[in-house]
Amino acid sequence: MTAVKESDPYAPTEFRPKKVGFGRWVREHLVTFFGILGLLYLFAPIFVVIVFSFNKPKGLFNYTFTEFSFDAWTGVCDVPGMCDSLWLSIRIAFFSTLAATILGTIAAFALVRHKFRGRGFANILIFVPMATPEVVVGSSLLVLFVNMGVPLGQLTIWIAHTMFCLSFVIVTVKARLVGLDPRLEQAAQDLYANRVQTFFRITFPLIMPGVVAAAMLSFSLSFDDFIITNFNSGSEVTFPMFVWGTSKKALPPQINVIGTAMLLIALFVVIVGRAIGKRRAR
Amino acid sequence: MTAADLNTGTGGLKIRGLHKHYGTFTAVDGIDLDVPEGSFFALLGPSGCGKTTTLRMVAGLEEPTAGEIMIGGKDISRQRPYQRPVNTVFQSYALFPHMTIFENVAFGLRRRKVDGVDAKVKEMLDLVEMGHLAHRKPTQLSGGQQQRIAVVRALVNKPKVLLLDEPLGALDLKLRRQMQLELKRIQTEVGITFIHVTHDQEEAMTMADTIAVLNKGKVEQMGAPVDLYENPRTAFVAGFLGQTNLLTAKVVGTSGDVLTTDFHGIKITMPVSRMAATTQEVEVGVRPEKIHIAELGEAPVGRNVVDGVIIDASFIGVSTQYVIRTLADAEEEITVFTQNSSTSLRRVGETVSAYWHPDHTFGLHEGAWQEAEAAEVAS
Amino acid sequence: MTAIAHVPPTGGTATPPPEPGRSNKLTPYFLLLPAGLALLVFFVLPILTLINTSLQSGGLEEGYTFTWSFSNYWDVWVDYWPQFLRSFVYAGSATVLAILIAYPIAYMIAFKAGQWRSILLVLIIAPFFTSFLIRTLAWTTILSDTGPVTSFFRSIHVLALTDWIGLTSDSRILATPLAVILGLTYNFLPFMTLPLYASLEKQDPGLLQAAGDLYASSWQGFWKITWPLSLPGVISGTLLTFIPAAGDYVNATFLGSMRESMTGNAIDALFLRIRDYSHAAALSVSLMAAIVVLVIYYVRRSGTEDLV
Repeated sequence: MTAVKESDPYAPTEFRPKKVGFGRWVREHLVTFFGILGLLYLFAPIFVVIVFSFNKPKGLFNYTFTEFSFDAWTGVCDVPGMCDSLWLSIRIAFFSTLAATILGTIAAFALVRHKFRGRGFANILIFVPMATPEVVVGSSLLVLFVNMGVPLGQLTIWIAHTMFCLSFVIVTVKARLVGLDPRLEQAAQDLYANRVQTFFRITFPLIMPGVVAAAMLSFSLSFDDFIITNFNSGSEVTFPMFVWGTSKKALPPQINVIGTAMLLIALFVVIVGRAIGKRRAR
Repeated sequence: MTAADLNTGTGGLKIRGLHKHYGTFTAVDGIDLDVPEGSFFALLGPSGCGKTTTLRMVAGLEEPTAGEIMIGGKDISRQRPYQRPVNTVFQSYALFPHMTIFENVAFGLRRRKVDGVDAKVKEMLDLVEMGHLAHRKPTQLSGGQQQRIAVVRALVNKPKVLLLDEPLGALDLKLRRQMQLELKRIQTEVGITFIHVTHDQEEAMTMADTIAVLNKGKVEQMGAPVDLYENPRTAFVAGFLGQTNLLTAKVVGTSGDVLTTDFHGIKITMPVSRMAATTQEVEVGVRPEKIHIAELGEAPVGRNVVDGVIIDASFIGVSTQYVIRTLADAEEEITVFTQNSSTSLRRVGETVSAYWHPDHTFGLHEGAWQEAEAAEVAS
Repeated sequence: MTAIAHVPPTGGTATPPPEPGRSNKLTPYFLLLPAGLALLVFFVLPILTLINTSLQSGGLEEGYTFTWSFSNYWDVWVDYWPQFLRSFVYAGSATVLAILIAYPIAYMIAFKAGQWRSILLVLIIAPFFTSFLIRTLAWTTILSDTGPVTSFFRSIHVLALTDWIGLTSDSRILATPLAVILGLTYNFLPFMTLPLYASLEKQDPGLLQAAGDLYASSWQGFWKITWPLSLPGVISGTLLTFIPAAGDYVNATFLGSMRESMTGNAIDALFLRIRDYSHAAALSVSLMAAIVVLVIYYVRRSGTEDLV
């Protein structure tokens, strides 16, 4: 082991630590650099929305920052019609979430826990609405309602929203159910719980996070929907419809206040949800 | 059946003509079992042999295609899982992740509305020395601790039969050995009938009073571990429980209790009762550790002797494993395990006499070596 | 010896449902009935009605009759082919841009973020929660002619270049194709980032180390290991971005002008203002058909038909 040092093919060749040069540092952090640039792109509009909610614009349009003010926050409902539209959006989002979550959760059970003829077809039927552009979904529903003589209004908005939220709920709850070990339910039955007790003490608590996630997704999809609603709202004005309609005539900072508040509420819900999840897992 | 009479009545488990088909696939193909009360019973076999399906049918998690399952003389095969006086320790435990350890253990008692839940749960947790972990969640426990909780959660209900579905499969080797002893201790302490499903023959032999070896949905052989090992009645059992040597031979006659076979002119004898085949062409078997090695021609009288050349020797610490090619038939090899009680090792190339007691010989049907080899691979 | 779970072969699923055999064969159909009915009546039936309407002729006054008038399709093509093409060009550009922007974000969160990972994920989803319309309107502020972004790009003569290739005009960004594409990219970026993240996060960092051990440079390691393994994420991200982008008309309305109007604008106008239902339906069906054909072609090419 002394003489062969020069020719030993197994001798470690590179002992000296590589100097961390500037070029190498750049290469290693290039991804992070572009990632942060991407994040900036993602947050720039949100930043604008928040900042301009404290603006006191001179004209009708909230495009240039003139003066810092809480006016828009204190007088949210000063803009005629806006708070009514907000309230309508909340109501519709609530009821379509309720319907979509119930129907979707039940359907998810059928798809995960049962093997049956036509399951493949059912899966496609659930997938296709998510892969259809909103204009097509909205316009096809409009044609149906017109042909059947259903007057456009809150009912048709609710139907449309329930329909397009349904697929998202099913997919979300399905994912949670697939991850649920059936042995847990078998263990409950083995430990003298009948089917009803098993469902309420084991199955439901365990898929609850999935159902809650599905409901939250469904609520935000419904609340934020513009294109489908635009085709089926008749003379009803939801909040996105209000923004669309007013954007041509005026852009009050109160709209930014609503945007900011939505973000804050959503972040609050997500953070609280995570905290609960962590506490439960502990 | 009400909660009260779950604990009364005697009698073990009796299974008659149990079948389970999944479409055209037969998972369990006519199983009969008698498990005496208070015994530790193992269902042993490779994966796909039907042992877990059998267990699940006893638990009520699968419905038998045909057959009866009786506990204390009462057919329970049509009852719902929660109506049966049996409890299960599930593979990977199936502890409820959203409940504390205490609530997990109390679950069955609460469903049956039993009095004194707290005291009973505490008592059981103390049995496995885990009382201090009662308020943790299952994910905060180690694998071994979860395993104990799974056992205790089932046992607290005082079932007539406790079913264990590969309960030690997820544990590492050292912990598994430890848990084998602990499960055996618990079983002795509570005196409940345990039915243990496993594919690990060592585990089955360590723990069980009685083993049923299953293969392709049928019981191959049932008996005490020693009987199964020493006198396998089928090639599958011979191969699945440890290694075995099989030599092709012809039956040449019986005199009284002794059956004589011929292996290329060499007489190999065995007790008549240890011959499982009825044909003339047979295979004679002997376990590797039953064979001794002597200098050529120096084997004691009254033993079965086969001469051969050592073609491989591997030293494994406590023992040495030799492979001997027989002189009579170059196709046949004999594996020998010798205890290293002396330091002298035999060398490859030596010609020696391998000998063993006729009582250690067993006989199987022709072609058994192929099945035994397959079973050995599966074990 | 390994601890292989013994599972009865029931033909696919790992463990059979809790009480197989006991559950009625009709149970799944009952469970599926309400949701299935809702989707059949309010998704499938409308699409069929839409196709039916697209083949009718007539008008609001004299009423519509079904006449197999395929000429409707020819009419809308003649009138709206620029919008139609724009939809696909803009959506395609936005999808490519979204991959370029989302990949570093997803990569950073998956491999570099460490303890920041979950916070960053929440931040990625956060834009979902402010109104789509308000966010898009915010871009009009950012890209306004007097704003810092436009001034900056004008001063470094980037806008002169984009003017020349037709992405922008008159040295402004707002009301140009570039603004619409940037808006579309922005709006559907989370749909690209999340699937990419999901496919990257699953990858074992050991794979890259193994590649390095086998003489791959970090660049080769990326193209030979990371990128191919992230393809499922790229594919689902592409679909989730391209499909809604091709049908969108909010971005074209807020950030573009008449010159940038897309198929969605035309469908909206035909249905809600001109009320020419048969031609509107024909345009709608054309859009859907074109997207379906493109998606099927794309999914076939990328060889992941099990995506659904």
